[in-house]
Amino acid sequence: MTLLLAIGLNEYLVVGAALFCAGLVAVLSRRNAVAILIGIELMLNAANVNLVAFDHWRPGQIQGQLFALFVLVIAAAEAAVALALILNVFDTSDRIDVDEIDTLKG
Amino acid sequence: MSALLDHLQRPTLGIPDLTAVLPEILFYGFALVAVGSAMAAAMAPKIVHAAFGLMATFFGVAALYAMLGADFVAFSQIIVYVGGILVLLVFGVLLTARTEASLGLEKATTKNFAIIAGGLLFAVLVFAIGGTTWPVANAPGEPEPTTEAIGRAFLDPEGMLIPFELASVLLLAALVGAAYLARRRRDA
Repeated sequence: MTLLLAIGLNEYLVVGAALFCAGLVAVLSRRNAVAILIGIELMLNAANVNLVAFDHWRPGQIQGQLFALFVLVIAAAEAAVALALILNVFDTSDRIDVDEIDTLKG
Repeated sequence: MSALLDHLQRPTLGIPDLTAVLPEILFYGFALVAVGSAMAAAMAPKIVHAAFGLMATFFGVAALYAMLGADFVAFSQIIVYVGGILVLLVFGVLLTARTEASLGLEKATTKNFAIIAGGLLFAVLVFAIGGTTWPVANAPGEPEPTTEAIGRAFLDPEGMLIPFELASVLLLAALVGAAYLARRRRDA
């Protein structure tokens, strides 16, 4: 079974890159603010995959996992605040499309 | 029975010994789940479908963490992302439901450009990853329980205690702020 590649660090990094690019596509193409938030969560997860993968290839060290946990906390705070802002904007202007929220545009 | 197992595990036979490649099979399976559902989350026409794609991504990524020996991070991922952030996102989808907005009327050109940009970035990243020698150990460490080491690192004054407490305060401030922002105004 030499056809199958052995799983090394690079395979995990490629998965992280794919997740990041999926998040980028969502952030660039979506107009719904909640869908853009979904894209941001995908990008944060991609960063976490890289952190944990590098940690695995540094035996005896735990810093990568600690950083991943900090990213988790920041993601939770960011999602709560962003959704509160989105709901507030939706309440006052009845809009969810980021293209249409242009009250401050000159 | 053992004779049969011997027979199956003999490498000279044409039958593939699947136990030897089980980590590879699991990795590619979980990676496929994570990346495939991430693409669904990025491109599904309905936002609710995107949210469910995101849930599958979170589970796939948690499984990859478990394969990397990060048991505590894997379970935190499921508890915080699936139990917290995803529920918040679904609430956001439900509270802002509008027929045309939640159908995601992305312009086709915007979507095509976004997919091209994402594909180009992915190609560059894969090229860069393949061409780099990382300063890491050749062999990964033996998987061992990480919960105790993480707890000690977080509560060690010489280590991560201050960042840990700062993160706690940040989370508290963010949640109080979110509750304040999201309240419904009666006077407006």
